[in-house]
Amino acid sequence: MELIEAIILAVLAASTPLLIAATGELVTERSGVLNLGVEGMMIVGAACGFAGAWFTGSVFIGALFGIVAGMLMSLVFALMALGLAVNQVATGLALTILGIGLSGLIGAGFVGERITPAVHLYIPGLTDIPLIGRVLFGEDGFVYFSIALIVGVWWFLYRTRAGLILRACGDNHVSAHALGYPVLRIRTFAVMFGGACAGLAGAYLPLAYTPFFIPGMTAGRGWIALALVVFASWRPGRLVVGAYLFGAVTILQLHAQGWGVGIPSQFMSALPYLATVIVLVLLSRARTGGSTAPAALGTVFVPDR
Amino acid sequence: MQLVLEKRAERSGTIALISPLIAIGLTIVTMVILFAILGKNPLLALHAYFIAPLTDSYSLQEIAVKATPLVMIAIGLSLCYLANAWNIGAEGQFLIGAVAGSWIAVKTQGTDAGVWVLPAMLVLAAAAGALYALIPAICKVKFGASEILTSLMLVYVADLFLDYLVRGPWRDPQGFNFPTTAEFDPVATVPLLIEGGRLHLGSIIALFVVAAAAILLGRTIKGFEIRVVGAAPRAARFGGFNANQLIILTFAVSGALAGLAGIIEVAGPVGHLQPGISPGYGFTAIIVAFLGRLNPLGILIAGLFLALTFIGGEQAQIAMKIPLDVTKVFQGILLFYVLACDSLILYRFKLVFPNRQVASGTH
Repeated sequence: MELIEAIILAVLAASTPLLIAATGELVTERSGVLNLGVEGMMIVGAACGFAGAWFTGSVFIGALFGIVAGMLMSLVFALMALGLAVNQVATGLALTILGIGLSGLIGAGFVGERITPAVHLYIPGLTDIPLIGRVLFGEDGFVYFSIALIVGVWWFLYRTRAGLILRACGDNHVSAHALGYPVLRIRTFAVMFGGACAGLAGAYLPLAYTPFFIPGMTAGRGWIALALVVFASWRPGRLVVGAYLFGAVTILQLHAQGWGVGIPSQFMSALPYLATVIVLVLLSRARTGGSTAPAALGTVFVPDR
Repeated sequence: MQLVLEKRAERSGTIALISPLIAIGLTIVTMVILFAILGKNPLLALHAYFIAPLTDSYSLQEIAVKATPLVMIAIGLSLCYLANAWNIGAEGQFLIGAVAGSWIAVKTQGTDAGVWVLPAMLVLAAAAGALYALIPAICKVKFGASEILTSLMLVYVADLFLDYLVRGPWRDPQGFNFPTTAEFDPVATVPLLIEGGRLHLGSIIALFVVAAAAILLGRTIKGFEIRVVGAAPRAARFGGFNANQLIILTFAVSGALAGLAGIIEVAGPVGHLQPGISPGYGFTAIIVAFLGRLNPLGILIAGLFLALTFIGGEQAQIAMKIPLDVTKVFQGILLFYVLACDSLILYRFKLVFPNRQVASGTH
């Protein structure tokens, strides 16, 4: 029982950064923009988040630092990809390369430092219920926030007029423009939302997952978040399933290493990456009838006036 | 006030030529600001980065050594990008090539194997790199899976596989438990061009690759097909060009070149297989490809320039304690400016004031 509870807790913790980052990217892509810089925004969010928490002693302020850092990074992307109509794939790659360098530069002074990690909720009585108590009532704030975030995004996309307009921009920017919607401005907001989420997801790693900062600590999670959006067919509900599934794969391979299964640890560590490739192939194959991607995803839009 | 893009009637040839220079200029200005923020003397830092490495023979050779993998990988990537196929996993193909070639070196170690060892290593490395690159290409063509994500995921897999080999079966028994293979035998080593220097045969191979790519793109029908499929997919379909076949071809070629670069790096400057053989060559090569405007000669110059930043970065770290990450920041910023300046080739940037925009918004 204890072990099952521990595994569920670990899966939730491993899934949360994936879920937050993928939620942001889902909104970005739904507006028609493919921002491949998630990894770069996350890693800068991690470095700035840790710096913020280290200076102020507050995890909350650290998280805010992460959000702002991710947003600033995404603004650079927006300026390039939306303002100057540069190829989005190339710009996203540039953002990741820049982010890895910047985070090394910012985080260099913090390697080896520790902070007090995010506190976990504790409600006497409820949290003590065996098996489900800590899972439901004993998480840190990030976990609850990530769930609120994805529910909020679902509600926004499918239940509000603004969400409908955002999806319209992603499916047909020419029509949205002709109807008088400011396509580029809407996309800029969507990109910034994605950046904020990626920054927060990055900040989660040194603020709650491990209480210290290591260069390159995102270890490809930003890219997995991008794959998750494809996995989810750009739908919030499936995104939750996908994020927890990937979190589970990550944790299971860690436990398998601990149990001393006779497979070299490097092969187990490669599992989440291999799983991503396999899932992408299987899903794309199942979908040969027609793509569910936003129709204008990744295409350049220059309004004529 | 608002920035507006206005499409040019035709792409500007002048700007296509000078845009990389504008980008480098803007990057240097940004770096001066960054150095000042870091509290370093910007002029001394720029000198350490860009001038000092050009003043002694050792550094000049070292630039050519570093440029060799960058140019070889970037040539392959440029073919992919021209054909609108996004191979961003060159780093993984580089590592797999290094692993495959090292296999022969490790297995023939201490035997009296002849001069065939090095050629066999080069061929096997290129084949392995090509096969590894074919995984994302086939996933893309057969199943429609995003080649961007699959090729990148395979970088992590290759990295872990190499790590497993040098910590496990291939570890040098006399290596004091360091994760490395034994030093390769002389027959498994890329020969030096100057006795006692750093420059090796790989740089000559890289020059051949540049020339071959220039001929392929400029003088053959295949090269023409690659350019048309990328630039005008619809026209390419009407022309009967098979875009899927070109994705497979460009991925295979770029994988082979990355794999070849990998084994040349291991059997040349490094001398044995170990983790961390690449300071991100596969990713920096993406910048080289774009800075070189996806043109073989341009890539050669861009490769030398980025190699200069690697060497300059090391020297600046030693001389002025400037963190090595500054080099990565520099490379990232450079790519941004290159892409932004490329936009100038197709568009004219205009500042529009809102009230004027309303007046002209009626047409």
